[in-house]
Amino acid sequence: MCSNVVVDGVHDLGGMHGFGRVEIEPDEPVFHEPWERCVAVVTFGVFLTGTSNGGQFRHSIERMDAGHYLQSSYYEHWATGVATRMVELGLVSVEELEARAGGAFPLSGADRGVPTDDPGNDVVAPRYVIGDHVRVRNWHPPGHTRCPRYVRGRQGTIARVDIVASVPDIEAHSAGRRSEPTYSVRFESDELWGEPGDPVHVDLWESYLEPILER
Amino acid sequence: MSAESDIHHHPRAVSPIEARVAALEALLTEKGIIDPETLDGIVEHYEHELGPMNGAKVVARAWLDAGYKTRLLENGTAAIRELGFGGPEGDNLVVVANTASVHNVIVCTLCSCYPWPVLGLPPRWYKSAPYRARMVREPRALLREMGCMIDDDTEIRVWDSSAEVRYLVLPVRPEGTEGHGEEQLAGVVTRDSMIGVSVL
Repeated sequence: MCSNVVVDGVHDLGGMHGFGRVEIEPDEPVFHEPWERCVAVVTFGVFLTGTSNGGQFRHSIERMDAGHYLQSSYYEHWATGVATRMVELGLVSVEELEARAGGAFPLSGADRGVPTDDPGNDVVAPRYVIGDHVRVRNWHPPGHTRCPRYVRGRQGTIARVDIVASVPDIEAHSAGRRSEPTYSVRFESDELWGEPGDPVHVDLWESYLEPILER
Repeated sequence: MSAESDIHHHPRAVSPIEARVAALEALLTEKGIIDPETLDGIVEHYEHELGPMNGAKVVARAWLDAGYKTRLLENGTAAIRELGFGGPEGDNLVVVANTASVHNVIVCTLCSCYPWPVLGLPPRWYKSAPYRARMVREPRALLREMGCMIDDDTEIRVWDSSAEVRYLVLPVRPEGTEGHGEEQLAGVVTRDSMIGVSVL
């Protein structure tokens, strides 16, 4: 595998600095502009076609150019992701989009995820119980993952055992799926940031974790 | 209608994103991939039927009915369904209760996961880079900056909804609401208190 590929998307924002203040808008409308509402119409419509699963849709946004992602709103992310998926599925072409829009139609970058022919067997019985100590695997896959960068390699404690669910890393790139248990894992501030502070709970799939001590 | 005729008589510049979205909608409609007329009703539902008023009913019920509160904290999805709320982004709801010693706050650092059936579509700030970046790194400082003062001896628990669970915060019932009925109680519950960026 190429080692010089930038694999961590800009969407993985947890712990980053430099974005400034959080501005709360009083009495905010559901949509600020008619085009935002239109994006919701298009996105819900495309969801209903079943042509993209959750992992594929999220990853179509995560592959946006970093500058474009940070300078555009949530609904522009949706529009860019949906258009990218439609083009990748051959349902519409970039030329058609640009001709109709009368200008450039920036899409997300190429999918670098690695498909697998063998997603493995579903895991139904949770490996961990509440209180178990775990470490998050330190991996940086070239495709989609729901394991935030700020917890990779860090130790935490299982705080809650949740549902068995399809692993996003697999479903985003492969025809097959594997389901496995999900957990809420508690991380202390010292472990994440090297200083005292408040804990953070992060929801993670079982294969993101490895045991620190086998029971 | 009036908006259309305004555009007709006083043309204004169409922004690039407006042009792109119009192109995308038109092409997908012409190709029969989406049907905006049917979808309009769905989006209208999100505009008018889903929102913090639903979550407020859940909170008010929990404040008044100890049995309901127990069920809500044990199985949020089922207890919220009792009040008729469910659907997309609401299949795995977990309710985290604030107490004198614990304050909870929710975030989604990777995208903008949010409990749609009880809070509606998320506000812009919840989806913004500074909120997603900072809430896990410096929750106490960020809450203070947002006007939410948490006692030093109260633990702040941040919940990053990075998998299937969507969270709702159960705020502490404010003083001065003794004797309030359920509807009146729901009226004091705010969206931000159910995200955890304010206290009542």
